[in-house]
Amino acid sequence: MLRRLFYDARIRDLFWQVAISASLVGLTVFFVRNASQNMVNAGIASGFDFLWRSAGIDVPFTLTGYKSSDNIWALFWAGVTNTLFVSLISMLLATLLGFVIGLARLSSHWLLSAIAGAYVEFVRNIPLLFFVLFWYFGVIAALPQPRDSLNLFSAIFLNNRGLTVPAATSGAPFQWALAAILFAFAAQWLVSRWAARRKAETGADTPVLAIGLVLCALVPIAALVWAARSTGWDMPQAGRFNLRGGFVIIPEFVALLAALVTYTAGFVAEIVRGGIGAVARGQREAAASLGLKPGQILRFVVIPQAMRVMIPPMTSQYLNVLKNSSFGAAIAYPDVVSLFMGSALNDTGQAIEIIAMTLAVYLFFGLIVSALMNWYNARIALVTR
Amino acid sequence: MSARAASLRLWQQRLFSTPAQTAITLAIAVCVVWLLTPFTRWALVNATWSGETRADCVPGGACWVFIRARFGQFMYGFYPVAERWRPNLFGLVSLAAIAPLFVLTGRARLRLGIAALLVLPPLGVWLIGGGYGLAAVETRAWGGLMLTLFIAIYAGLIAVPLGILLALGRQSRLPLIRTLSVVFIEFWRGVPIIAVIFLASLLLPLVMPAGVGVDRLARAVIGLGLVIAAYMAEAVRGGLQALPKGQAEAASALGLGYWQTTGLITLPQALRISLPAMTNEFIALVKNTTLVLVVSILDLLGIAQSSLADPAWVGMNIEAYLFAGTIYWLICFALSRWSRSLEAGGPKGH
Repeated sequence: MLRRLFYDARIRDLFWQVAISASLVGLTVFFVRNASQNMVNAGIASGFDFLWRSAGIDVPFTLTGYKSSDNIWALFWAGVTNTLFVSLISMLLATLLGFVIGLARLSSHWLLSAIAGAYVEFVRNIPLLFFVLFWYFGVIAALPQPRDSLNLFSAIFLNNRGLTVPAATSGAPFQWALAAILFAFAAQWLVSRWAARRKAETGADTPVLAIGLVLCALVPIAALVWAARSTGWDMPQAGRFNLRGGFVIIPEFVALLAALVTYTAGFVAEIVRGGIGAVARGQREAAASLGLKPGQILRFVVIPQAMRVMIPPMTSQYLNVLKNSSFGAAIAYPDVVSLFMGSALNDTGQAIEIIAMTLAVYLFFGLIVSALMNWYNARIALVTR
Repeated sequence: MSARAASLRLWQQRLFSTPAQTAITLAIAVCVVWLLTPFTRWALVNATWSGETRADCVPGGACWVFIRARFGQFMYGFYPVAERWRPNLFGLVSLAAIAPLFVLTGRARLRLGIAALLVLPPLGVWLIGGGYGLAAVETRAWGGLMLTLFIAIYAGLIAVPLGILLALGRQSRLPLIRTLSVVFIEFWRGVPIIAVIFLASLLLPLVMPAGVGVDRLARAVIGLGLVIAAYMAEAVRGGLQALPKGQAEAASALGLGYWQTTGLITLPQALRISLPAMTNEFIALVKNTTLVLVVSILDLLGIAQSSLADPAWVGMNIEAYLFAGTIYWLICFALSRWSRSLEAGGPKGH
């Protein structure tokens, strides 16, 4: 009887699963009991009440209007917005730079391709933290003092305290401009859909590209110029020792952004190269023999197929940028790790709650990035029967 | 046509075959010269190579004297000079034990591999850390390149076996084990490593019974090991999925059980396929060891960073970073070349 039970596959499966879950539950109970005992001994409170306490922590750079008299919950959000802010801008710039380097790598010009290759090999084999520290302590610290700032048209100043740019005195015109730009993009999307249907039904061409140029380039430029002219500007002025006025982008942000962009671009370049290289040569040749022009070949044949290969690895690069933005903690860029997991944790000592909330931020926004990229991937995926 | 003329022609074709190409070549050449001239002048021409103190260095050039004076620290951190033979000896013993693995084949190689895996890690901890007859050296004194390699290897020793188990767990037909593996892998892959190192250094002491301490360095190694295990698991899964199903089916038709099939048939082949991917994860691990800086453990980059605070050597930022960066680059570049040659060699058929 016991022998039969021992050799029964279903019983064995059940046994292993019960054994593993029992040991996990046991381990968890052990950890939780120790933790609660240790916390009682150390006099650390538990629960989320600390979030409504006044933070009293100064944040040098914030987009949420946080003040040090606000509560810790507001500090948390200031950190989250700073994390998202640097991540989004890095993703955008790293994609652009990565595309340029990847295309240079594929160029038929030997020297251009060799230099792009050297850049990729250089960047991929060095720790990101090295770049962060290098940009911060090596490059930005070596910039001149505020009174000898490097300046561009006496409007943008760069020095070892950061980048000072003119600040708009009123945000309202820019909100209108943003609305106009979004409206133009939506219109372009509708026009291209309508043009595709018209082409399928009647075979007639629509000058989509020209319309797109007007809607996606001229409208935004016009809107931004209008907005810039209809608001006042607070121009930075060179004082005796320091600059006055303007909006200061802190050096930590500049260093972190530069590090994330230069590092990630090396990885994006390889993805671009792999994606375009994965499109079979016959595809281009077939397109050319059908009489498509080089631009059309790239647009209708090569890029759509390359995108399918590129989207999954690009997704993981975007997720990496989101996670890597936490490297800012090493130079005290006020992101969620350094503000919340660093300063707030030091003040309150409530490690478990704070760590859980910080990790939840990354998991949550990571899921959002994956969901968006998967949605886009499904849209462009090859439809097979 | 002579070989010389042929190569000249090749270069002419590569760089100057059309006017557009010539223009690009010249533009790049101007940029490179414009960037490299001041750098070479600083790093080589005006640099100072020998001397004792900062005062020996010529302004306007690199001060490599600094690297010379600090070389011991860059390699060993604050490890006592009189005891440095211990990590050196461990390095030599490890090399002597591992080198034959590249030559031997079959059963002898397997036996040596297992013996090395069982003996070397505890031997290293004993030799470097001391105790049992050797003078104890606290982990606080460890540092530099030695510590970088230590963290990478010991975190790898956690990550590889755990990663293999997780990859097997993810492919398991038992729903509970599959779910647990997926949750573990996706959780650690979704959070930043810097946060995990903070987490390990704060939570590990908290969840241990009162009075049981966990060494600061051990916490960082465990934290890194757990995260990299999740990434390793995905690398191994790639290999497992690339195997034709017939392999496991044939093994089971021969009457082999799960562990026999896995240990003798599927896993060895899967590991061979995923070795390049696993090497890439190891490179990522070497790069990520730098993050222990945030819990004030001074690895190579940490030592470079902390040496900048020395008042006797103000303004050596670029020299220190260049030196540390070059070492990281050499290690990672060598590993990535090795991984690429593995990929090119490819698995020797199923």
